[in-house]
Amino acid sequence: MLSIKNLQVRVEDKTILKGLNLEVKPGEVHAIMGPNGSGKSTLGYTLSGRPGYEVEGGSVTIDGADLLELEAEDRARAGLFLAFQYPVEIPGVSNMEFLKAALDAQHKAQDKEPMSSRDFLQAARAACKQVNLPAEFLKRGVNEGFSGGEKKRNEIMQMLMLQPKICILDETDSGLDIDALQVVANGVNSQRSPERSFIVVTHYQRLLDYIKPDFVHVLSDGKIVKSGDSSLALELEQQGYAWLQDQPAPAGEE
Amino acid sequence: MTEQIDRALQREYSAGFVSNIESETFAPGLDEDVIRRISAMKNEPEWMLEWRLKAYRGWLEMEEPTWAHVHYPKINYQDISYYSAPKSMKDKPKSLDEVDPELLATYEKLGIPLLEQQMLAGVAVDAVFDSVSVVTTFREKLAEAGVIFCPISEAIEKYPELVKQYLGSVVPQRDNYFAALNCAVFTDGSFVYIPKGTRCPMELSTYFRINEQNTGQFERTLIIAEEGSYVSYLEGCTAPQRDENQLHAAVVELVALDGAEIKYSTVQNWYPGDENGKGGIYNFVTKRGICHNDAKISWTQVETGSAVTWKYPSCILKGDNSIGEFYSVALTRGMQQADTGTKMIHLGKNTRSTIISKGISAGRSNNSYRGLVRMNSSATGARNYTQCDSLLIGDQCGAHTFPYVESRNPSAIVEHEATTSKVSDEQMFLCQQRGLDPEKAVSMIVNGFCKEVFKELPMEFAVEAGKLLEISLEGSVG
Repeated sequence: MLSIKNLQVRVEDKTILKGLNLEVKPGEVHAIMGPNGSGKSTLGYTLSGRPGYEVEGGSVTIDGADLLELEAEDRARAGLFLAFQYPVEIPGVSNMEFLKAALDAQHKAQDKEPMSSRDFLQAARAACKQVNLPAEFLKRGVNEGFSGGEKKRNEIMQMLMLQPKICILDETDSGLDIDALQVVANGVNSQRSPERSFIVVTHYQRLLDYIKPDFVHVLSDGKIVKSGDSSLALELEQQGYAWLQDQPAPAGEE
Repeated sequence: MTEQIDRALQREYSAGFVSNIESETFAPGLDEDVIRRISAMKNEPEWMLEWRLKAYRGWLEMEEPTWAHVHYPKINYQDISYYSAPKSMKDKPKSLDEVDPELLATYEKLGIPLLEQQMLAGVAVDAVFDSVSVVTTFREKLAEAGVIFCPISEAIEKYPELVKQYLGSVVPQRDNYFAALNCAVFTDGSFVYIPKGTRCPMELSTYFRINEQNTGQFERTLIIAEEGSYVSYLEGCTAPQRDENQLHAAVVELVALDGAEIKYSTVQNWYPGDENGKGGIYNFVTKRGICHNDAKISWTQVETGSAVTWKYPSCILKGDNSIGEFYSVALTRGMQQADTGTKMIHLGKNTRSTIISKGISAGRSNNSYRGLVRMNSSATGARNYTQCDSLLIGDQCGAHTFPYVESRNPSAIVEHEATTSKVSDEQMFLCQQRGLDPEKAVSMIVNGFCKEVFKELPMEFAVEAGKLLEISLEGSVG
């Protein structure tokens, strides 16, 4: 589904990703962990096409097609979703208006009929309920005056509505209390399916108690230095990242 | 990202076509003789001519103002033609059937069908083409309610007492240079009279179109709302795309008697000139209303056109407990310059005013808010709230704020809030990441920024205004 080969990315004059390899198959959940500055957020931004993230080498394909060729909006329409670490406010544009426009744009690109206002409203209310946001949030400006936790839940609500194929969660757990963490995790787990894949970027093992990954990768200095199953996360939690610095990269990932 | 937005901002001016209509146009130039000829064309009574001449003599002694934050080459007032009217209008068509089809087609093309059965239900329109009113719809229906809605030239003839009493009562002849010029040479515009205790049964609207080359449009609007009455009025304006600048100097006077309410909305889309600032309308307009006891005047404007805008719709809150409101969206792009805002003059006790101004600057344009809030010594308990927000798109435009506050009454409260923000890369990226193209993203962000003002517009026009902004921001995005 998503195939990242030897990806090298520069932001301004600094190379952040230095040859990253990752294969994500349908239905898989991959956790990316790593210390601050290792390039975790850069991966999410690069895949979603944020301006300023210059690809210097390597390739990314989605279902065999070149992802890096696409504009950001076309990647979204192809089913790639990024849950932002710091969702930005858009004052005066209601959540509802924003979501309907996004959904309409995606449906149009996929040659689907636009959703009727009634069905949309019903789905949006249900999505709010699922992430424990009052339905009034649909009428409020996008992230306008939302608390940190509300913004994160709002991201998951959008994911529930947009039904993407690949979801990248960028430190969605940061700043969440345990209840909110559970709400977010439940939202994600409800969307797990054989067709949908997740890349969960996180700093802490805590989130992975709730979202059980199929694979855990450790990112360090722009490369994946170790991959394993969910037990790797526990190991990291106990020992920190320092012990990995000396590890050779796994075979086949250089 | 900026490049994407820039592309999104380029657009065609869809109202820029020229209608092929045979007109009777005065040769350029201005002197007393021209004023006498305008007055004669309109079959005006002697007192009206005298009033014009007095204004003209006053104007000759006045200086063009230079304090606004706008720059334009000196206007030669002798190069302008002060009267132009479609020839077919000479015999004053009695009904729509007699109106030149080409004129009707012009308005149709602008999205303003003048045939009553095709119109938005509940909106009466006065269509002013260059110097004359060509059609006023739904007059009979309005007359049933006692409402007078007609061209001002007709009001001078039919209701001279009302015109004499109120014309120049809110904006004195020598109020300012452009107002004085307007008093001397005004040609047409709308006259509205709402009788005591009457709620006007329809939205009233005037649509101004400049067509002829080298002519100025000098319209005059007078709205009188008797005690306890209510009216909502909307004006729209467009002009052909021409390389030379054209002058539009209008005067609007509103009189809200005790307990009356006037809601005045403007959607201004005069030709703004091309990307390099060639051509476009100079929009130098004086708009002012007076509120008697418990009266309310609300100005709402959406300004997207004109090369240069100089406009300050104002309220004189003379009566106790009267209310003045000003809601404004001004969008400038390309080389446009706008210096716009309001004046709230508090004279009565417990008078209240609200100012919400949203300025959006893009391209290489300059957008200034200029507002005066004056609390006179008599204005005990008066309050004002001003909110002034600027949104910048790109890095070559300017947003400026010139607030003036004068308080001579210690019990008066004046609040002023101002913000400046940019359409940020983060906002654009969030929109795109959810599947929206940059064009839609910009227009959505800008619409959100303007929401507080749009909700003040009459419903049909709020949609129009949203679309107008969308068209203003429209372009081909690769």
